[in-house]
Amino acid sequence: MSIGRWMRNHPRVLEWSYRVMLMLMKPARGLVSGGELRWLDRLLRPVERLSKGLVFDCRMCGQCVLHSTGMTCPMSCPKNLRNGPCGGVRLNGNCEVLPDEPCVWVEAWERSKKMTHYGPAIHELRPPLDWARQDSAAWMNEMKGAGEPEPIGWSSRAEQ
Amino acid sequence: MKRDSFEERLLSGKFCATAELSPRDSADPEVILAPARTLAAAVTAINVPDSTGANVHVSPLACSIMLHQAGIEPIMQLGCRDRNRIALQGDLLGAAASDIRNVFLITGDDTSVGNQRDAKRVFDLDSAQLLHTAEMMCDHGQFLNGSRIDPPPSFFIGAAANPFVPPYDWRPHRMGKKVEAGARFIQTQYCFNVPRFVTFMQQVRNLGLHERAYILVGVGPLPSARVADIIRTRVPGVVIPDEVVERLAGVPKEQQEEEGMKICLEIIEQVREIDGVAGVHLMAHRREDLVAETVRRAGLHREPAPEVGRQQKGV
Repeated sequence: MSIGRWMRNHPRVLEWSYRVMLMLMKPARGLVSGGELRWLDRLLRPVERLSKGLVFDCRMCGQCVLHSTGMTCPMSCPKNLRNGPCGGVRLNGNCEVLPDEPCVWVEAWERSKKMTHYGPAIHELRPPLDWARQDSAAWMNEMKGAGEPEPIGWSSRAEQ
Repeated sequence: MKRDSFEERLLSGKFCATAELSPRDSADPEVILAPARTLAAAVTAINVPDSTGANVHVSPLACSIMLHQAGIEPIMQLGCRDRNRIALQGDLLGAAASDIRNVFLITGDDTSVGNQRDAKRVFDLDSAQLLHTAEMMCDHGQFLNGSRIDPPPSFFIGAAANPFVPPYDWRPHRMGKKVEAGARFIQTQYCFNVPRFVTFMQQVRNLGLHERAYILVGVGPLPSARVADIIRTRVPGVVIPDEVVERLAGVPKEQQEEEGMKICLEIIEQVREIDGVAGVHLMAHRREDLVAETVRRAGLHREPAPEVGRQQKGV
């Protein structure tokens, strides 16, 4: 078993580190929102790619929702689903597209049940991806206060 | 007097039968319409699939318009596999402007299972996101980017559910997410495992979802043991237990079609009794004749139009 998979199978540690990370990012938020800070982006991107690549098989979508998907990267689902499994999951829990791999969402569900803080977030409706953010640093976007962007016409229900 | 539409029939609480068309690959509209007419004589509305199993067939928008013009009520299926959000929203508006009201929005089988395996998969949106996009087009008259649609469309929005594959305990919640996103009716994958479906519906009722969406159970007559085996090995998400295949294989070949229909009728009888089930959705690849006969034998066929025959009591 890879170290990444082992860590993902113990999601409470990851959940805890995410919360610490969010706390650390909070004060940085104001600083980053002002300028362009391209040097910080250039610095963070390879760090994020390497660390999250190792632990989560991260695809650098730039809008990380790991905490709400059982610490399992939804971008590693061949259909890039963000809201749960398709109907093609095999009886052994493996993927429709990759028959020898476990379904990403079957794993996500099991892990989310172990997570005490963010576990229930797996039931929330995740908005469509902003594909223009592919290969950008999600940490940077988070500090800019736009970790998970929404299309304008997505949630006007909330405004009314 | 006009017949009830699909939505009206569900609203009135009458048990409802829908069926899936297998569009023939032809440039002659009559070739496409003939099997649709066979189904239309039996069921309330007909699903027009979107290149199911990633095998290329006629566009669901074009086919739905053809059905509508022929006086048949279509349920237009639209999947995320082949279209990005621009094409999806364009096709949805095109459907609305062509008087197509029923839409069934799905993720879609992967390109790797079909007959165009070299195709690029799209999956820009997922099914829940597409459902919510359609709902926002109706409720707020706008596209995803906020552009106005005037007047807005009015869809009767449907979604798929597959209670028969893992993760079983998530499946009711997953359906709940789709209802939350905008689905008002659900058509399930083939049901050959009634106890599993009973458990699923128990959880659905606990979540109150049967009061927010009409649930139609996927069923279908299997024409032979051989076909049953092909379906369960090649079509993603279809679970046919060994007992069913063995029961079919246990009778002589020329009787397997009848046995398959009996199995289907038994399942219809059982799922009808489950609280929260609003109807059945029939599927049988290119066997519209078999579907129509199953519906008749189950006593679910459409009432003859009032001006033609006597009014039957709603079933």
